[in-house]
Amino acid sequence: MCSAPEQTAELPAGTDLSKESVLVGKVTSGGSPVSGAYVRLLDGTGEFTAEVVSSASGDYRFFARPGTWTVRALSRSGNGQTEVSVGGPGLFTNQVEVAS
Amino acid sequence: MSRQDVLVSADWAEENLDAANTVFVEVDEDTTAYEGGHIPGAVKLDWKTELQDPVRRDFVDKAGFEQLLSSKGISNDDTVILYGGNNNWFAAYAYWYFKLYGHQAVKLLDGGRKKWELDGRKLDTEVPQREKTQYSAQEQDTSIRAFRDEVVNAIGTKNLVDVRSPDEFSGKLLAPAHLPQEQAQRGGHIPSALNVPWSKAANEDGTFKSDDELRALYSEQGLDSSRPTIAYCRIGERSSHTWFALHELLGEQDVKNYDGSWTEYGSLIGVPIETGSGS
Repeated sequence: MCSAPEQTAELPAGTDLSKESVLVGKVTSGGSPVSGAYVRLLDGTGEFTAEVVSSASGDYRFFARPGTWTVRALSRSGNGQTEVSVGGPGLFTNQVEVAS
Repeated sequence: MSRQDVLVSADWAEENLDAANTVFVEVDEDTTAYEGGHIPGAVKLDWKTELQDPVRRDFVDKAGFEQLLSSKGISNDDTVILYGGNNNWFAAYAYWYFKLYGHQAVKLLDGGRKKWELDGRKLDTEVPQREKTQYSAQEQDTSIRAFRDEVVNAIGTKNLVDVRSPDEFSGKLLAPAHLPQEQAQRGGHIPSALNVPWSKAANEDGTFKSDDELRALYSEQGLDSSRPTIAYCRIGERSSHTWFALHELLGEQDVKNYDGSWTEYGSLIGVPIETGSGS
């Protein structure tokens, strides 16, 4: 249970968006999805929190608490990151563009 | 023990894929990673279905481990090079597990699958056929495995290193942020534990930090090298990563991994739990 579950655009059964904050989105390069990217969730101090591998469609997903997060992607096509501000429960969708 | 005795680089691995008496083993929970492409010649180990007893919450026993390695075509005199996803969590766990059953010639591929993939090195889908061996294991070396009573007795006396994320340590989360949150246990940490997330020991590409960086990290976090140390996480794989850093890379003498970890401790009746960010 500690490895990354398959990343899909759909949320797992039982996810309650009235209680949980879920960060989702695609890793892209020139606008096209990048699969197999290593997507890292860093907290407000830049400290590592979690990592998943983007799905065939480039999707990633994290469960997080309110706060400021950085979603950083590493891939063979380069790296990229985006900041996400989570104010409360809900779905937060953000694209991460990578470039070398 | 030096770094070269326990870690190999991706460059070394690439040059030694066909070396005699050397077996590459990928360890993941998600074995589809292996099937989608693995280091050429590598065999796979499933940490859950092959290393865990299917009924009791424990490891496969000595005979089971012998049978497993025999069936994978691994001999007692083979050097086993372990690697995997999740920044080598499960590979480090398997490393510790191989040591537990007395296999000394085992090394980790620094950076694991991640660095290999990010470097654009070759992956292969062909599953190697290795001839069955007659593997013989030792009795478990419990000098590197901690059980719950020892952990309770270690409160305030030994170094307890909780390697989970700060939110798991404080009790805000029960699992890493990329996983659904299970509710079987209470949240928090073992009183007196230091919180040194496993990730602080690793670089972004999954390789281990240098010995000097690691030494500075644990000393800054208050680890007392004159005392024995027990590392734990949620289920014992991330703490294997830290056990590796402390025991194998830094050469700390008395370091144990508590594989029961938070899923056991946080479910025990009557034991003390501390919440919040600690002292």
